[in-house]
This record gives sequence, structure tokens and C-alpha cells, in this order.
Amino acid sequence: MVTFVMPKLGADMTAGKLVAWCKHPGDAVARGEVIAVIETDKVNVDAESFVTGVLDRILVEAHDEWLPVGTPLAVIRVSGEAADAVEPAAATPVGPVAPTVSAVPPKATDAAERAMKSLRISPAARKRVLDLGMDPAHLTGTGPAGRITLEDVERAAAVAAPPVTAPADRQLRMREAIAAAMTRAKREIPHYYLATTIDMATALAWLDARNRERPITERLLPGALLIKATALALREVPELNGFWQDGRVQKSEAIHVGVAISLRGGGLVAPALHDADRQDLDELMRRLQDLTVRARALSLKSSEMTDPTVTITSLGERGVESVYGIIYPPQLALIGFGRIVERPWVVAGEVLARPVLTATLAGDHRATDGHRGALFLVALDRLLQEPDKL
Amino acid sequence: MTPGPPGEYRAVMTREEICAKVIAALANIAPELDPANLAPQAGLRDQLDLDSMDFLNFALGLHKAFGIDIPEADYRKLATLDGCVAYVAARIGG
Repeated sequence: MVTFVMPKLGADMTAGKLVAWCKHPGDAVARGEVIAVIETDKVNVDAESFVTGVLDRILVEAHDEWLPVGTPLAVIRVSGEAADAVEPAAATPVGPVAPTVSAVPPKATDAAERAMKSLRISPAARKRVLDLGMDPAHLTGTGPAGRITLEDVERAAAVAAPPVTAPADRQLRMREAIAAAMTRAKREIPHYYLATTIDMATALAWLDARNRERPITERLLPGALLIKATALALREVPELNGFWQDGRVQKSEAIHVGVAISLRGGGLVAPALHDADRQDLDELMRRLQDLTVRARALSLKSSEMTDPTVTITSLGERGVESVYGIIYPPQLALIGFGRIVERPWVVAGEVLARPVLTATLAGDHRATDGHRGALFLVALDRLLQEPDKL
Repeated sequence: MTPGPPGEYRAVMTREEICAKVIAALANIAPELDPANLAPQAGLRDQLDLDSMDFLNFALGLHKAFGIDIPEADYRKLATLDGCVAYVAARIGG
């Protein structure tokens, strides 16, 4: 048995609302399948299961209330377990959990179970203690002869739950979430910044020729090229892709590129394009389009919220020539793209008007030095000069 | 992708009908849009804060609504509401 808890969908999430259950007790649940819809400060998220099994019990019905990250929501019987399996001996909370911060409540350990053997406690209360992962030592019994009842457990759990501030307005909450994540980034991450100007003439000419042959439904935006080139350049400098965790670099084999998408009315999200280095440009473009539409509709999947191993921001869309970003913790780097502008550019001794792009890298100096960061930007430039190979 | 419209459009689509469909396509991208506040000759990108993905999706919306393919070279003709209506009228009327 595992407990499905309120997932932590990004470094800036502290609480979520359970909007709806997509599965009911008795339903089979496959790994990656959507179990519930969770509202965060930013968007509605389809929360996916991390295990395959059967939804055994729902602990919290969907309702309009902020539940702290780690709140047990349901119990899943993992495939292979018998239907009458004993109650979770050591309920392991699972859920789409952000790679950094532990989203799990304190585990109900064997110790807790042993401790309860010496306590007068009702079976229902015992079960609840294990589900919630509480320390039974702190419970006071109000039942007959000081017996601990289910009500006692619920009361203690309500007190123990950290207070959650829930400003009514989503805009305000999103601002607070961004403020918390960015403050943490600036406090904890020693950023270094690098920039380079990339001649985009070849890439744009290739794109123009390619798009001219294609119907509108199959056209590429320059953004797709930039994402693919970034993902391939990260293969060459892998220590920029992953997380800073437990005081060291945790490189990620997979390259899941978070794309900063501004939301209409303010705020932003940076959901993942999974395995961006392994998609061809058409597939990447299709996914980028789908992701943008869903982000703007405030509907994303939990894996998209928790999986990015690096982030790209393209403020060039808003007209600025360069952007020096703040790393989204616990990631290791943020790549910024400015607007593609025509500038005088020297090619083979001649001054020509060329479309150029300023690409920047914000790197975590704990993880990498400027030297490695520079190699990344050089690789990015080189890859963009051969767009047909992207 | 067949350029050019089903013939029936020629007879039935008035300028107002085209305009309504263009605004509907815009509203899909920018739901907060208030048609009353949309200046017909001012740039849509600035008025509605559209990025390149928004604009592509808008063009796709026009493609679906009117059955016309829109070459990239024509995007600049879609810069304003008036421009869009004139462009669509020419394409489906032609």
C-alpha cells in the first residue's frame, strides 16, 4: 500500500486544492495515469500516479480548501498486493514529487506501529495514525479509560497541519509563489552570467525555406530550433542539466526543457518539454504548441510541472534584446533568448546586415564554472549554424 | 491543404460576418478581449500582447474558420483587425 499525498508541484508550491478525483475506489491505476486534478497557486494540474495498482481508498473528498503539501489523499494498493493486504505497515507516500524538496509527510514507521502496541487505541484510530504518518506518542486519548479514538487523531492532525495562507485572488497567490521561489533562488544560488551574440541568418533562411513548402499547420517557429539546439548543447555540457541537491550536483540523464510561458493577465509557468533532445523539430513544435495552449488554459500535467531539468526563457518575444534570468531552484541553469534583430555584422571582412540573437546563460556557480558555461554557449552557436541537423 | 474556399462563402459572407469570425479567432487566443475596445487599425500584437505562438495559433484559427491557407509571407497583412478582414475577404472572395 502506498499513500498518495498532495504533491509538491514545483519549488514554489506549499499547498493545493483537490478539485476532483479522476479515479474511484476499486479502479485500476496505471503509472503515469491521472488520478486527480489539483489546483495550485498557478494552474490546475492533472496529478499522475507514480505506481501501478488499484485505488484502494480515498481519504479526502474533493473540496474547496487548501491542503498542505504532503497531506495524505488516497491509498493505492500496488500491483501484486492482495486485496485484503494488511493495512499499510509502513505507508510510503507517493505522488508526483518535485525532485528537490521532500514532499512527503513524516513516514509512519515500524517504530510508530510498535509504539501503538503499548497504547490504548481504537483500530480505526491506529489506521489513521499510520495513514497520516503521525507520531502516536503525542496523542491524548479521550475515549473510555483514556483510549485514543479516531476523533482524537483527527483533532491532533488538524492542529499539526501547518497553517496555509490562502489569499482569495489567484493572481496574488501566483505572485506570492513566484516571489518565494525567486527569493530562494537569489538567496541560495550564486549565479554567474554569460552572453553571446549568435548570427541567425542561416537558421532563419533554412526555416523560411522549409516553412514556405509547408501548410500553416506544419510550420515551425524559431523557438523550436532554439529549444532543440539548447537540448543538444546540454548533452555536451551535462553538468548544466539537472539539480543542486544535498550539497552537490545531480546531473540528469534526461533533458526535460522547462519553457517559461507567460500567462495572460500576469505571472508565468515553466512546464517541461520531455526529452527535448530526442524529438525531431516537428514533434517538438507540436508539443510546444500543445504545452503553450494548455499552460494558458491553466491546465498542465504534474510531470510537466515537476520534471524540468533546465529552463529556457524567451523574452525576445516581448521585444527586449537580452534577458538574464534567475535559476528556478533546484535547477542548475537558465538559458535566455532575446529578440532576433537586424544588426551590422562582419562576415569575412565585410559589414553586412544580419539577424542576430543574444543568448544568455545563468549558471549556478556551485555546480559549474564560467568556463563550462562558455562551452555551452559556443556549442549552442555552432548547432544553430547547422539547422538541417537539428 | 486546399487554398481557396468552398464556393458558397462568396455569396453568403458579409464583411460583418468575416469580422465576427476574425474576432472569435482572436478571442480564442486572448479570452479577455473586449471587441468594443479593439482599435481596428492598430496593431493586434501590441493591443492583445500576442507572441509568435499566439499569432501562429490565431493564423491557424483563421485557416480553420475560413478554409484558407495563409503563407508566412502574408502574416504582415494580418497585423490589424481591418487588415485581417480585408485579407480574408480577398482570399475567400477571389
